[in-house]
Amino acid sequence: MDQKYEDPHVDAATGMATTGHEWDGIRELNTPLPRWWLYVFYATIVWSIGYWIVYPAWPLLTDTTKGVIGYASRAEVSADMARLKAQRAAQAAGMAEATPAQIKADPTLFQIAMAQGKAAFGDNCAACHAVGGAGAKGYPNLNDDDWLWGGSPAAIQQTIRHGIRVAGDNDTRVSQMPAFGRDGMLKREEITAVASHVRELAGLPTEPKADLALGRKVYADNCAACHGAAGKGNQELGAPNLTDAISLYGMDMASLTETIANSRNGVMPGWAGRLDETTIKALTVYVHSLGGGQ
Amino acid sequence: MSSAGTDQDDIPLFAASRKVYPQSVSGPFRRAKWIILFLCLGIYYLLPFLRWDRGPYLPDQAVLADIANNRFYFFFIEIWPQEVYYFTGLLILASFALFLTNAVAGRVWCGYLCPQTVWTDLFLAVERFFEGDRRERMRRDAEPWGFDTLWRKSAKHAVWLVIAWWTGGAWVLYFADAPTLVRELATFTAPLSAYVWIAILTFTTYALAGLMREQVCKYMCPWPRIQAALTDDEALNVTYRYDRGEPRVSVKQAAKLRAQGAPAGDCVDCFQCVAVCPTGIDIRDGAQIDCIQCGLCIDACDTVMSKIGRPTRLIAYDTEGNIQRRLAGLAAIYRPLRLRTLVYAALIAVVGGAMLWQLATRSTAGMSVLHERTPLFVTLSDGSIRNAYAVRLLNKRPEHRPFALTVSGLPGIRIEAIGAPPSADLRPVVTVDPDSSREVRVLVTVPAGVPLVASQVITITASDLFAGETVRADDHFIAPGTQP
Repeated sequence: MDQKYEDPHVDAATGMATTGHEWDGIRELNTPLPRWWLYVFYATIVWSIGYWIVYPAWPLLTDTTKGVIGYASRAEVSADMARLKAQRAAQAAGMAEATPAQIKADPTLFQIAMAQGKAAFGDNCAACHAVGGAGAKGYPNLNDDDWLWGGSPAAIQQTIRHGIRVAGDNDTRVSQMPAFGRDGMLKREEITAVASHVRELAGLPTEPKADLALGRKVYADNCAACHGAAGKGNQELGAPNLTDAISLYGMDMASLTETIANSRNGVMPGWAGRLDETTIKALTVYVHSLGGGQ
Repeated sequence: MSSAGTDQDDIPLFAASRKVYPQSVSGPFRRAKWIILFLCLGIYYLLPFLRWDRGPYLPDQAVLADIANNRFYFFFIEIWPQEVYYFTGLLILASFALFLTNAVAGRVWCGYLCPQTVWTDLFLAVERFFEGDRRERMRRDAEPWGFDTLWRKSAKHAVWLVIAWWTGGAWVLYFADAPTLVRELATFTAPLSAYVWIAILTFTTYALAGLMREQVCKYMCPWPRIQAALTDDEALNVTYRYDRGEPRVSVKQAAKLRAQGAPAGDCVDCFQCVAVCPTGIDIRDGAQIDCIQCGLCIDACDTVMSKIGRPTRLIAYDTEGNIQRRLAGLAAIYRPLRLRTLVYAALIAVVGGAMLWQLATRSTAGMSVLHERTPLFVTLSDGSIRNAYAVRLLNKRPEHRPFALTVSGLPGIRIEAIGAPPSADLRPVVTVDPDSSREVRVLVTVPAGVPLVASQVITITASDLFAGETVRADDHFIAPGTQP
């Protein structure tokens, strides 16, 4: 009995053996586990060897061991992508036959078209038109209700397919505003006068010394053919409405002068050969649904 | 042992496993355990087949964890993923209920209700059916196996596996329509995951209830350790009343001692309490982590006490405090109402009440509004300003619901929703499918001439056209602001 309690490996209070581990005088009692639990631990080590054989495991100089079943996480991703593609093809089947109007009327197709359109827009259009179609100077904001070439689904689809001023495409949107200054068609004071008149048309203040009478005359002679006598524009010709609150290049005198003197004639690529028809249709629905669709 | 005292290699860190051969026993506790076992297993195996009508659009299974559609159904309760805080509440309730029962009557959970106990009890019954009671099983294991032992053990393992397989089979039924899945399983057309889960649960049930048994409670389960820290001297526990039992003497010796007027305990050292114990312990060593407090030793001891004509309940639900009081010549006191039991009960009432209140006032519609950031605002050709929002409407009812959208906060403000036709009064109507949500692009426009600052608050309201339920959300309306 005395012998037992003197033994440093036996805890005096409980009479239990200790593991010999001691922290600040607190000793750990040895509470033995069943031995077969230890064997289970060894079994897991043996099991892990199987992984070395079955799966890619050991790094080599330039590669790794391949494993006998040829598993690769990259191949798994590829298989997943292929499955996704097949699934999307099935969904797109309904979209291939439907018109943009029919797609908008069908909640399921509409949801798919919006998702596909948003993704395609981000990949192909956002570089110029900005994320969400917010636009920038010279690149129209697609959220507003002002359209150069028309905001109906058919007009949007046509614009996406064939672009604007695409060389060699007979169906492209095309028109040409002359560079009135650069080509010497108008004199400096005539350009200043007509710029003032455009501001007058838009309801914007003009400078007191501006020659509005000259401006009116120059406008009637050179601009009204496309932009209309009242400046309301013409979507057949891509001629913008000059009277509304939206402008692509700015309505201050400097911007107007530059536009009239050098002309702008922005371009957009046609997507007919680069994107499939279903994607173009999805883009049409997406752009039409941003808010300005007519 | 080395002289330095650090070399411990000769101390065994692992114990040879000691097989426990619990003996059969009868009595009120055994009877209660059978009843609870049948109730618990009956609920577990049959509950998936119980139907609960939720209309044409929702599953009619009373209890269903519909992982694929992100819904959990429990009778009249339906939980969406964003409402999993109910589970947090349930977990809090479960732990406080555990603490409360522990403070009142010890490890009631361990002894009667824990799946480990229930399944182990069932598996032991099977073992006893094939291999006989304690002595016979011990004899068989000690002898070399003959044909008789071999077939009995094989049959036992076969029945264990069938029960284990059925356990796994019932588990997967909680995750899909039970009758459909049973048909699919029978025709081998069920999803692979169903078979995999059945296999996993077959294995775990077989291993835990058949092979590991009391080792799960002794080595794996955290609750005994926590319980030991949560109990006190006034909690009822399965207790050996050593004030009455000691000193242990034989029946004859006790009679002789009592005749002489000398003290003699009631315990006759028959070891019946040890023989019936499913974890193989001696309850007379006092409260211990290995004791699951199933009460079978009470039944065993009562049988012996009745036979030798001594009062029963030498082992009983009693408190350490009462033993001390009796030793001091005082009367036993039972105090189930103590500060800790009252606090636990109050916490259960508070959490349970909060959950009930949540459930009773749960809205069946919801709306979240997210302002589109590209662009923040758009100027339209007539000079009006427009903002776009992604509005998600939630319909938690099992029917189609049309929500009319309105907006307020600025003069002349209008709202339209892409893909949602306006109603007669020009409010856009968004119809949401039963028990689902729908996101629509919403355009809010303020006419030119309305004075605007860079950001102002507007309120979007969605009203159910039929039921009248209304949900609101505030968001910002962004404008060019103070620029000229």
